Amino acid sequence: MPEKKITLSVSVNGVVHTATVEPRMLLSDFLRHELGLTGTHVGCEHGVCGACTVLLDGRSARSCLTLAVQADGVEIETVEGQGSIDRLGRIQEAFRQHHALQCGFCTPGFIMAITDMLRHHPLESDDQIREALSGNICRCTGYEHIVNAVRELAKERGPLT
Amino acid sequence: MSLSDHSVELRPKLVGQRVKRTEDPRLLAGVGQYVDDMAPAGMLHVALRRSDQPHARILNIDVGGAFSVPGVIAIYDASDLDNDVTPAIPTSRMPDYYATPIWPLARGKVRYVGEPVVAVVAESRYAAEDALEHITIDYEPLPFAIRQIDAVKDDAPLLHEEAGTNTIIRREFKRGDVDAAFESAAVTVKGRFRMTRKTAVAMENRSYLAEWDPRKQALTLYTSSNIPGVIRDVLSGCLDLPGTRLRVAAPDVGGSFGGKGSLYGEELLVCALARKLKRPIKFISDRLEDLSATSQAFDELIGAELAVTQDGMLIGLRADVIGDVGAYSIYPWTAALETVQVVSFLPGPYRMEHYRGRIRGVLTPKPPTGPYRGVGRPSSTFAMERLIDMAARKLCMDPVEFRRKNLVNAEEFPYRTASGIIWDKSAFQECLAGACAHVDYPNLLLERDEARRNGRWVGIGLASYAELTGIGSRISVAPGMPINTGTETSKIEIDATGAITAAFGIASHGQGLETTLAQVIVDELGCKLEDIEVKHGDSALVPMSSGTYASRSAVLGGGAATLAARVVKGKVLRAAAYLMEQSIDDLDIHAGIVTSRNSNRSMTLKEIASAVYSQMGRIPRNQREDLAASETYDPYLGTACSSTHLAMVEVDPETYGVKVLRYVVAEDCGKIINPMIVDGQVQGAVAQGIGAALLEEIVHDDQGQAVAASLADYLVPVATNVPDIGIVHIEADLPNNIGGFRGMGEGGTIGAPATIANAVSDALSHLDISVETLPVTPERIFQMLQARRDPAAAVTD
Ligand code: FES
Ligand code: FES
Repeated sequence: MPEKKITLSVSVNGVVHTATVEPRMLLSDFLRHELGLTGTHVGCEHGVCGACTVLLDGRSARSCLTLAVQADGVEIETVEGQGSIDRLGRIQEAFRQHHALQCGFCTPGFIMAITDMLRHHPLESDDQIREALSGNICRCTGYEHIVNAVRELAKERGPLT
Repeated sequence: MSLSDHSVELRPKLVGQRVKRTEDPRLLAGVGQYVDDMAPAGMLHVALRRSDQPHARILNIDVGGAFSVPGVIAIYDASDLDNDVTPAIPTSRMPDYYATPIWPLARGKVRYVGEPVVAVVAESRYAAEDALEHITIDYEPLPFAIRQIDAVKDDAPLLHEEAGTNTIIRREFKRGDVDAAFESAAVTVKGRFRMTRKTAVAMENRSYLAEWDPRKQALTLYTSSNIPGVIRDVLSGCLDLPGTRLRVAAPDVGGSFGGKGSLYGEELLVCALARKLKRPIKFISDRLEDLSATSQAFDELIGAELAVTQDGMLIGLRADVIGDVGAYSIYPWTAALETVQVVSFLPGPYRMEHYRGRIRGVLTPKPPTGPYRGVGRPSSTFAMERLIDMAARKLCMDPVEFRRKNLVNAEEFPYRTASGIIWDKSAFQECLAGACAHVDYPNLLLERDEARRNGRWVGIGLASYAELTGIGSRISVAPGMPINTGTETSKIEIDATGAITAAFGIASHGQGLETTLAQVIVDELGCKLEDIEVKHGDSALVPMSSGTYASRSAVLGGGAATLAARVVKGKVLRAAAYLMEQSIDDLDIHAGIVTSRNSNRSMTLKEIASAVYSQMGRIPRNQREDLAASETYDPYLGTACSSTHLAMVEVDPETYGVKVLRYVVAEDCGKIINPMIVDGQVQGAVAQGIGAALLEEIVHDDQGQAVAASLADYLVPVATNVPDIGIVHIEADLPNNIGGFRGMGEGGTIGAPATIANAVSDALSHLDISVETLPVTPERIFQMLQARRDPAAAVTD
């Protein structure tokens, strides 16, 4: 049953939004349907597939398991903040180069998860890369091209300091 | 070949290049548009109350306080829609078949857990789901048989009384005298193979949005379907709307693998409700609904045996198959699609004189089975390739040598299989040799044996198969089905600005057809890739279309694109010849520029288009032609795409977990349009095949309830389950269709289950275990080991 609405204020890709929502509203629904940022996708609504991955204060999180009100005061990053059609971001570019997407539905979640990985994971071997990617499901690619893209990005980044 | 063609031949071609996909930027930037990304003003949401009973009569539906939930607009059951829709009937010319009608909501009875019964329409999905909880449905439970072996019996409770039986499909293929072959055989092997039920799990759930335009009294359905043309045609009948007032479009679609390739009651429902309520209506399936109501796959019991001579030649094969088709025959494919293909493809790519394959398709109270990547052939290849390995083992022959002896040889093509399929020339032997060469097979055997000496359970498995792809009008994709799958249309237009639009009836949903079809057009027309806009997935584009399925789009779409591009090129050159005052034979077109071999003159496509369309009188009126063409291609026969897969696996003796150590695919898909995309298709399809072999299984318990409720229960492969795939492309003799393409999107899923089953059986051969049920989970390996140790305590499944 609907409850009293709550006002929240979040920064999404650097833009501050203030809104009043039901406390039960999922962050994924808030981003997609309230803010119109439909790049974040929902594949399962129960925290398994990773399609809805966004960054909350720099760390990856499943927006389908987060309530919008929990994100009050948080800096959110979504795939839309990574680049645009005419200026793809580095991870997006690597995905294109390596054909790491087919239908593209899982892709925003992977890109956000990889953003976190590149900041925090050593990613020194394919085993480590596959392990790190195993929280996201892609049904199209069989993962090999995604692994290739991450391998290149990790090499470019160099060892974690 | 004319001179101008010859000089074009010397230019670099785009077909064959790793061209980066034109669809990528929008998808990567997060601005793709899937159905759930659309939100027209005034949109309402539907949530469905689904049956929690496998088979029951609906006695009463009480909406209780549902209307007290703020935002609820309307609540419907089947009786409210009587005047709005007629059912879709998946007809077939097959004898002894019963076509179960498809309605949007259950009428009178429910026939599987998950069948939609009541629809709530509300201002938000949250409100609609709140309202569902107020609804009470009284059921009178009816008897049912949940397993196919029970449902097939004469006295089994009937799911559709009107059918008079649960067995709605019967088909037999026969050649020669198979029983005599068995009597004369030196060696026979047999098994009872079971490919359990799977589901496609596209990452985007099924999604539908219908909009009613009151001004034009017209309906648009945006759907995640991969067959929007088929859906338009059938809905036209169900809704009594002509094609001019009914458009079905698939925007970006997040994968299908067949799961989105049939008509769904929910598609019918949102259309009927949008027209009734005169507001946009959206239905988005959640994952639980996907696992319980999207079409499912396989689920055959295959009793099969193989007769072989002393020197290892196959002489006979007989099989009795019971397919569990679920509660309904699906539109348009019917329940025959999956089931009949199992017996029509069972003899595989081998020489086989004597054959008898019998299938019965049986109704059970489960979601309907329908197309899933590979259709029928993952099951048939699994059974046949296991038999091949069992026979080789019995004869103490190497499985590679055994296959080499029996695969159809180059000089035997075209080869007519025992079930009547015709294999055109395809690299059967070369694929086998190619896979073995890639892994250095003799050395791999040594590696395996070395590992075994160290106590490791390591095994090698192979599978060879062929599939019929790019099928034209000679054979329908499913036997006797109600639609045309044999043609494809391409409409290419150069407009007044010199931009090129190429419209198709196919519906790409991950295959990258916007890119590959543009590559084909660039080579034929001589334009630039970036000047082409490929449109697809919209029933308004061409007069008749079906969609993308059955490994057909490269062959049929590529063929139609070639034909249309050639006509348009002719028109461009005729206009240019006049404008440049040159003979048409002296003109070339490349990268959008027409040049003359006899002068320095050149014109761009843009200039030619402007002269043709915008400059009055530039071209005499009796010579002026629009730079446009619409052509339809029908390859008539299909073409064989063949492949051999080879894997090495290791079974953990403690946990019985299976790890795939090596995997290679050698395949002949004819001329390759884009090797990068082909590799991606192979890798993705093999991953799905590995999932089918090791992880994925839809289980219904004895109460008819599905056990898997989430992706934590229905396991699809993640990155750690799949190895890198070695891929050997063998481009042997090209098939006899325009372009020389063979379809290849499904193959990986066909070969992988058999390959893994053979590899695991090899790894467990010292324990005398033969894998006959997939997925071969740790639990199943444990059970098989138990059964060996203590046959009396064996649990069968
Ligand atoms: S949608 Fe959030 S994890 Fe699947
Ligand atoms: S690209 Fe389709 S699910 Fe990953």
